[in-house]
Amino acid sequence: MQRVLMKGNEAIAEGAIRAGCRGFFGYPITPSSEIAEYMARKMPTIGGVFVQAESELAAINMVYGGAATGARVMTASSGPGISLKQEGISFLAEGELPCLIVDICRGGPGLGGIQPSQADYFQATRGGGHGDYYIIVLAPSSAQEMMDLTMLGFELADKHRTPVMLMAEGTLGNLIEPVLVRDEVTEFVDKPWAITGCLGRQPNIVNTLHMPVEQLQTRNQHLTEKYQAIRSQEIRSEEFLTEDADLILVAYGIMARIAKKAVMNARSLGIKTGLIRPITLWPYPYGVVNKIAQTCKAMVSIEISTTGQMIEDIKLATAGKVPIHYIGEIARTPNPEEITQQLLVIAAKEGLI
Amino acid sequence: MSKEQQVLFAGFGGQGVISMGQFLTHLAMHTGKEVSCALSYGAEMRGGTANCLVTISDEEISSPLTENPMTAIIMNRPSLDRFEDKIKPNGTLVLNSSMVDRLPQRDDVEVLQMPVNLLADQLGTSRVANMVLLGAFVEKQGLMNIDQALEYLDVVFKGKQEAIIAKNKEAFLVGVDYARKEWK
Repeated sequence: MQRVLMKGNEAIAEGAIRAGCRGFFGYPITPSSEIAEYMARKMPTIGGVFVQAESELAAINMVYGGAATGARVMTASSGPGISLKQEGISFLAEGELPCLIVDICRGGPGLGGIQPSQADYFQATRGGGHGDYYIIVLAPSSAQEMMDLTMLGFELADKHRTPVMLMAEGTLGNLIEPVLVRDEVTEFVDKPWAITGCLGRQPNIVNTLHMPVEQLQTRNQHLTEKYQAIRSQEIRSEEFLTEDADLILVAYGIMARIAKKAVMNARSLGIKTGLIRPITLWPYPYGVVNKIAQTCKAMVSIEISTTGQMIEDIKLATAGKVPIHYIGEIARTPNPEEITQQLLVIAAKEGLI
Repeated sequence: MSKEQQVLFAGFGGQGVISMGQFLTHLAMHTGKEVSCALSYGAEMRGGTANCLVTISDEEISSPLTENPMTAIIMNRPSLDRFEDKIKPNGTLVLNSSMVDRLPQRDDVEVLQMPVNLLADQLGTSRVANMVLLGAFVEKQGLMNIDQALEYLDVVFKGKQEAIIAKNKEAFLVGVDYARKEWK
């Protein structure tokens, strides 16, 4: 199969189309705009729908409508736009409507800047909107994975009837790499719940208002059981040289690749380092992180964020077993050389060199 | 060529800096290498700073970023000021002498100069300046032979007007010639 050079953002759009997505509703924002641009060009030629909505709120509610009919639909934005969509995402979660929401992160809070960031981790992995819910969050680390995890995202969304978020840094959205373009998906799950016209059957209703106490309790109990099922089936992560490592780096997305290089650099300097890369940010690979915490001496969370967000999940996973360090900055993606330097300082502090 | 090399292209928006990086990425991919091209530019597409980092490797590319590239293609003075110190020792600095009014201070890197805009103007359009430089760089670097590169350019330019493709190839070959004569 031929490899094609694609920007990360284009790989998402093409992957979505190949996964059968025929509805894109969005409002452009840097650094995600190439997704909308690609869809605007492609959708009309394949019988799909592209709408540049009047606002992010409108876009996410169009996703709600499209998903309710059983179609594979999506939206894409960046942090400020995702914040605006959160009300709709909460409704999608309660309505159990499968869809893909792409967040190509930029620095914040507020309008922030257009430079890369991973600082949407909290709003992505903690539901983000109001109410008792989670959504699946996938973090690709290459243009190839932008395509592959987009396609997986649609599959998981349908399988579990849930919104799925694909979260990547602006760096990856703009990274050009060869992509093996995957085959079109041809088999889809049935959606007997979808609103497709009720001739000859009972009407289907998608509704998120549950006033009677028992009804609300039953709904939330159902969602809780679903999230438990997702936790037991869908956790994905990668490990690199963790077995004999004293110092474990934890990084996701593009940072995982840069951290991998830093691991190799640090090993050449005599520090036994390794890497855990969460691929699903929710559900988080708590089990893997916990297991490795039993054999390593310290961990480092590396994020494109100044406050540190994923570090809280590492702390939850390790429950105080090992010291946790932090390397992070905003608005630029650190280089492997810089990370290696910081690892040397941490290793010295921990008595590992 | 070593297993992995990273080439930085830097200049201002509108000089074809990003295109140059993308062309090299394309050409290298066609030779079967692993490639990536990381783009960095400001909110303003024209007149602002633009740079991109191309990584070419025999193996899977772990990091598409680096602080210290082996090679830097410098298209204007601000880029020289910003990146001169970053190039790895024994690396290569390719300089557009039409636009850079000082010499590099480093004595531990190979400096290759080329009056890129002048050569492009002689072809009748400064718009192909980036292709002139790319031709010279591909020749010097020896990643592929020139006939092969021209074939790949056909693939890259597929769908464009014949005249545009011809002009770009002409510019590419001017660069190749320059490198053969001046960058021995």
